[in-house]
Amino acid sequence: MRNRKATPYLLVLPAWAWLGMFFVVPIGGMLSLSLTTGNVVTGFQQTFEVGNYVDAVGTYWEQILRSLSYGACATLICIVVGYPMAYWIAFRAGPYKSAYLLLLLLPFFVSFVLRTISWRFLLADNGIVLQTLKSIGLAPADLQVLNSAPAVVLGLAYNFLPFMVLPIYAVLERMDHRIVEAAHDLYAGRVRAFTQVILPVSLPGVFAGVLMTFIPTSADYVNASVLGGADNIMIGNVIHTQYLVNNNYPIAASITFVLMGLLLLGIFGYARALGTERVMEVHA
Amino acid sequence: MPPMNNPFRAHLNPALLRGLTRARRGGRPSPFGPTRRRTLQAGGAAAAALALSACGVGGQQRDTTADEDYWADKEETGTVRWANWPLYMDSDRTQLTQFTEATGIDVEYHEDVQETSSFFGQIQPKLANGDDLGYDMMTVTNGFEFTKLIELGYLVPLDHLQLPNFANYAGDLYKNSAFDPGNRYSVPYASGVTGIAYNPEFVDREIKSIADLWDPAFEGKVGMFGDPQEIANFGLLANGVFPSESNEADWEAAADKLREQRDAGIVRAYYDQDFIQPLTNGDLWLTMAWSGDIYQQNAEEGTDLRFIVPEEGATLWTDNLMIPFTSQAPVDALKLMDFLYEPEIATGLTEYINYVSPVPLTQEVMAEWAAGESDDERAEALLEMSESSLIFPTEDDYQNLHNYVTLETDDQDAFASIFQEITQS
Repeated sequence: MRNRKATPYLLVLPAWAWLGMFFVVPIGGMLSLSLTTGNVVTGFQQTFEVGNYVDAVGTYWEQILRSLSYGACATLICIVVGYPMAYWIAFRAGPYKSAYLLLLLLPFFVSFVLRTISWRFLLADNGIVLQTLKSIGLAPADLQVLNSAPAVVLGLAYNFLPFMVLPIYAVLERMDHRIVEAAHDLYAGRVRAFTQVILPVSLPGVFAGVLMTFIPTSADYVNASVLGGADNIMIGNVIHTQYLVNNNYPIAASITFVLMGLLLLGIFGYARALGTERVMEVHA
Repeated sequence: MPPMNNPFRAHLNPALLRGLTRARRGGRPSPFGPTRRRTLQAGGAAAAALALSACGVGGQQRDTTADEDYWADKEETGTVRWANWPLYMDSDRTQLTQFTEATGIDVEYHEDVQETSSFFGQIQPKLANGDDLGYDMMTVTNGFEFTKLIELGYLVPLDHLQLPNFANYAGDLYKNSAFDPGNRYSVPYASGVTGIAYNPEFVDREIKSIADLWDPAFEGKVGMFGDPQEIANFGLLANGVFPSESNEADWEAAADKLREQRDAGIVRAYYDQDFIQPLTNGDLWLTMAWSGDIYQQNAEEGTDLRFIVPEEGATLWTDNLMIPFTSQAPVDALKLMDFLYEPEIATGLTEYINYVSPVPLTQEVMAEWAAGESDDERAEALLEMSESSLIFPTEDDYQNLHNYVTLETDDQDAFASIFQEITQS
């Protein structure tokens, strides 16, 4: 009975400790690091060098824009491919829903890197896909797909597709189907029922799916390094190189913050455009 | 399931979500719930505390003055832990078994070095902290990271009195290198050549020079290494400059040369370890390559890839054994190093790894083994190996092989950024 007020705080303490330990502390450390100067031998001194950010953006704006556009393309592909999948599993799969969901997740049982590397064999110049297309005359003999932008974008879309399908599926699956029937009762055709009833209800799922694909795909570096070519380096690769190859921690940290800022801006803009209120409420 | 009955609804309270994400419109704050303001205050306080405490990363150089009598109080422990590159010893670890039989010292072998730079990225924070790495001995290629390890004082100076085999059997070329004069901190494990490999199935002429990597006929089919030093060396050699004698103006010129190659669409991609597969299946027709990888691929897969040392020259690199200062078993590590220099042992290693041994006698021993071998297939393989210039470069080859440039940390950064503008854009 003593101090009941404290109970909710105590209950939430583990979550805060977790967030503090693994989010606030590293972020604070990184922020501090991004403003230092020096090198790994002499150490990095805190000089509040904002110039690191100017350098980061000035040198790598091209890779940053490229990453955001690859992320956006991959996300679009995920919506186009993933929405019908989610729709079909939610409404048409009947008793086999779980089986289809398992199938969807099955590739996750194979390591991310290995899955991506296997695309190299698929997309090789003389590999099964291109060789077949070339031999039946559907593709020019010197066509290359591997080590190009389309290869990277397709790889990203492939690897992150389930992150789009699952949230959309979750929303569609628990949708009250009677509102669709009501739409039909009110003489809405299939198209109209979809665009005016089902789609708006499922938007929060799409929103969540976009968050879960756009953010990681824009920051990914595996696909670009495995499937990309000389002109497809993404910002994730640059961060990786600055951190692990050059040991230039300040630049790596400032690029990270620039990317984070841009992604947050994009997400908030997107949320505003969709209407946060609706998104949050239907979700809850 | 209709939304009203969803038992999980409660877990995300819409009011709380709104409270956290939007300005409050007034009204009394809940007496106990975590409000937006309190939440943000707590986060802000934590971040501020952190910003104050984490002001920069201190100088990381270790004081090495006490290293003079490092060996005075060190004793054998009976176990040594070694971090090496993958595929750098046969899977039975034959030589380690032999070592344990000969000395009674057990070896824990870790294939943990996948790439020099990221390996350095992993061990550097631990060494800066003075923590045990989990390795008493490690293999690091000569290059920027190697120089940093020495500059930072992370390596133990070797006691050459305990390395008699090295003194007796190491080739002159592998003693007293430019990157570690007098082998103060390291002894070579194996060396290799970075040259050009091509697949004659697709390339219908003989490749002889670095200039061939700039030939527009091979548009989109040329591979280059992504490592700044490796690619820089080829840009420099293409311009007729020896890497070890190059200065910043040469680097800029080499970068321009490499940019031209890239912008013309000749380069397919910049590779690390992964150039063999594309070269075999025709995605790459010719590429920068490491000698031993090509030899292994041909021997194991029956491919007919060609490896050449181009007319302009190529580079010789060396993977070196060294002892980090946090080593728990330095005496055992030293014994293992010396053991690997016994000609019979070195020959066994070379037979598997197909790279250049620092022990020249291995060529003779290998030929002897070939003569005395009853299994025809192995005898033939040994003989072929003992005659291969990829594994035993000739005097002429050595004339054409150059060292890497050795630079201080600040210059390394300038160097790396010049060449990463090409590989990372």
